[in-house]
Amino acid sequence: MVTPPPGLEAAPQGAWLSWTILFAPLAAGAAILLTGLNRRRFASTLAIAGLLASFGCTLRLFALALKRPDLLPIQTAVSWINLPGFTIQFGVLIDQLSLLMALVVTGVGSAIFIYSTAYMHDDEGYSRFFGVLSLFAFAMLTIVLATNWVQLFMGWELVGFSSYLLIGHWYAKPAAADAGKKAFMVNRVADFGFLLGILALWAASGIGGAERTFDFLALEHRLTDPAHAAELPLAALPLIGLLIFCGPMGKSAQFPLHVWLPDAMEGPTPVSALIHAATMVAAGVYLLCRAFWLFEGLPQVLTAIMWVGGITACFAACLALVENDLKRILAYSTLSQLGYMVMAVGLGGAVAGMYHLTTHAFFKALLFLGAGSVIHGTHEQDIRKLGGLWRSMRWTSATFLVGALALCGFPGLSGFFSKDEILVLAHENNARLYWLGTVTAGMTAFYAARLWFTAFTGKPHGHAGHGHSGSQHAHESPPAMVIPLVVLAALAIAAGYIGIPHFLAEMPQFHGEEPGTLHWDVAATSLAAVASGLGLAWLVYQQRAVSARQLVNALAVPHTLLERRFYIDEMYAWVVANVQQRMIAGFCAWFERVIIIGLAVNGIAWLTAGIGRTLRLAQTGKVQTYVLAFLLGIVWLLAAASRQ
Amino acid sequence: MAEAVCFYIFAGLMLAAALAVILGRHPVYSVLSLLAVMFCLAALFIMLGAYFVAALQVLLYAGAVLVLFLFVIMLLNLEPETLARMRVFTLRAGGTAAAALLLALLVKIVVSGGDRPFAAAAPGDGTVESVGRLLFTTYLIPFELTSFIILAAIIGAVTLGKQHTSRK
Amino acid sequence: MITLTHYLVASALLFSIGLIGIMTRRNVLMILLCIEIMFNAANLAFVAYARAWGDQAGQVLVFFIITVAAAEVTVGLAIAILLSRQLNTLNADEVSALKW
Repeated sequence: MVTPPPGLEAAPQGAWLSWTILFAPLAAGAAILLTGLNRRRFASTLAIAGLLASFGCTLRLFALALKRPDLLPIQTAVSWINLPGFTIQFGVLIDQLSLLMALVVTGVGSAIFIYSTAYMHDDEGYSRFFGVLSLFAFAMLTIVLATNWVQLFMGWELVGFSSYLLIGHWYAKPAAADAGKKAFMVNRVADFGFLLGILALWAASGIGGAERTFDFLALEHRLTDPAHAAELPLAALPLIGLLIFCGPMGKSAQFPLHVWLPDAMEGPTPVSALIHAATMVAAGVYLLCRAFWLFEGLPQVLTAIMWVGGITACFAACLALVENDLKRILAYSTLSQLGYMVMAVGLGGAVAGMYHLTTHAFFKALLFLGAGSVIHGTHEQDIRKLGGLWRSMRWTSATFLVGALALCGFPGLSGFFSKDEILVLAHENNARLYWLGTVTAGMTAFYAARLWFTAFTGKPHGHAGHGHSGSQHAHESPPAMVIPLVVLAALAIAAGYIGIPHFLAEMPQFHGEEPGTLHWDVAATSLAAVASGLGLAWLVYQQRAVSARQLVNALAVPHTLLERRFYIDEMYAWVVANVQQRMIAGFCAWFERVIIIGLAVNGIAWLTAGIGRTLRLAQTGKVQTYVLAFLLGIVWLLAAASRQ
Repeated sequence: MAEAVCFYIFAGLMLAAALAVILGRHPVYSVLSLLAVMFCLAALFIMLGAYFVAALQVLLYAGAVLVLFLFVIMLLNLEPETLARMRVFTLRAGGTAAAALLLALLVKIVVSGGDRPFAAAAPGDGTVESVGRLLFTTYLIPFELTSFIILAAIIGAVTLGKQHTSRK
Repeated sequence: MITLTHYLVASALLFSIGLIGIMTRRNVLMILLCIEIMFNAANLAFVAYARAWGDQAGQVLVFFIITVAAAEVTVGLAIAILLSRQLNTLNADEVSALKW
């Protein structure tokens, strides 16, 4: 069923554009994985071409949306499964929300793809990398452009799978393989609740006598239709909402399912940038906004969401304070910012959440790519072994500084505006969360500045004669890596001024929010927090006015707790080993061994053999026994015959 | 009256001799008891007016078959059968019970058929002539076929009894 | 009055006695002998019916039965002789090679 937009003279190929966005990366990925595993240039060129094609089509549709916003939403779908009472479609839904997200995915993705050609240049699995990256792009776009829950879930699982493949790209490294497995399994736990929620929603959607459906637009219409408000299963909806929220909890790594994201840093840095900073982990937030019409009327669920987000934000920021690995600091930072986004949605500000998602995609991808550049140039990831990089890697350092400032929420940069929106929401709705957010902002500033001062300023720490590791031998990265950094830095600066929230607010379901107005009291408080964080870091790490070691000794217990990440990984490991493996898996193994195999399978065999063993005793070989049997038969026959 | 007495004597003798056959220890005694059974049976045949068959019974069955049996028994020099062991006990008990059951059923069936005295036999019935006439007209083909059966039996007996000592 | 039933009951009794003999005797030749008893019981029944129905076919059949019994005894005894030569025994319990 193709619904061409009415009165659309400018772009009659609306449907073609939609399908191209979705399938160009898939075609590229399939071609690479099936035929091009030995052809490196072919692989990377095809992958970049595929994603750029998607980007181009998205831009085209975006231009259309700017010109004629009344035409949205445009839904192009084909019927996939068609059973009586159960229909699922596969298609593309174009509205402001999906366009924005698609722009982020394809745009930032293209930059990262180009960056990877230089970063992964010496890697053996070069072609495989691009093939799986293209596959990931397709899966991510399936989530973004999905028209119904089933298609979204399909893309959801596919990104999880691609993430598994990409985290474990260097599969020979045990840490990488384990990290991939961990990511997949934690997400599997979350997706179980998610799937239950989807099915429950479907089951409850038969309102007004219509057939039950998975379709977003149809569900939104039904659930918000006042005519049938009486038929809504009001008692079940909060539970459905919570179950569906399980999905974002896993995918966006909210507490307590956050444990997979730091370990996912085992994958190559472009993967960390694309998947675990800009796009995949943001899919959870995207889902919450896509289904905002469901959560809007469920205040308890929103409360749960905002507290989970707030706790995640603060918790992750605390953990980032004591990390020494470059990528791990950024990973915890991502966790923290994701917490902000989820908190925003929980506070009722879906537009604010998406705004922060977009700016975060820019500056976090920038930070990760910059980190990749540092790793590429120094082969070192521990910030204590780096230093003075701004002398030897000018472009990287400059862009990294822009990203770090955006992360802190430095005034004028994009991060400031988006974080401000969220803090305003918190200020208006929940005082405790507002203070939590502000304190977290301060901590964010502290660890970002710590990172900058330790790794980029000061004296280089490399070991002379230790090969090419360390910052003494650092060199700037090739242009293919630097140019995407510059582009992303530009976006990180400019994204606050291009009116993203206004664009989003045109969507009918987001009409209630009024973005873009500056609240001076909130801004002042957050700036104070940021300044104190920056100042403290400057004092400790740059001026050495306060010794870091003394601080650590003074706060020994909290420091240990943070270093051990609150022992959460150990707790999970204990639960898995004892509850899951010993009790559940052990019971299942016993059940299979004793009852299924022993009793049912072997038992039937034993029974048959036993019956056979018993029956064969009738063959005595003696004629007289047979005569007796014969006689008994005749007696029985005669008795039966003479019964009349 | 006389008929009844004759019947009961001969039938009783027959059954007693039959019991002697199955209970006899020495094989020769069993054969001789069977001989008695056959004679009584011949008497019963005559009572039933089957003169030809009675003669045949004595001539063929008693005169040839039993003599053959006797020959073989003496040839094989059989010893008296030893007492049955426990293992065969169930067979004997079960077998006897089953046979008794069969007897009961048969009697029930027979008795249910009603009790009608014999009609007077047609004159010349059961004589050599009348039975022979039947044999050579209606039942000619089975009659000829029995010669084949006898031929087969002869060949079989000769083949089976041959000693394979000629091959050296 | 001696009726058909008397003869048939006698025949049935004779038959059962033969049957018991088959199942209880252990000598192969004695088993053959008991088979002969059963044949005779059948003959009695045939002749009795032939008289009762006035149909002489029963007597003709008895003729055939006697002939066939003779043939069968011939071969059976030949087999019994062979058996005694091969297995050195005429015990029916020991002739049980075709068992489980």
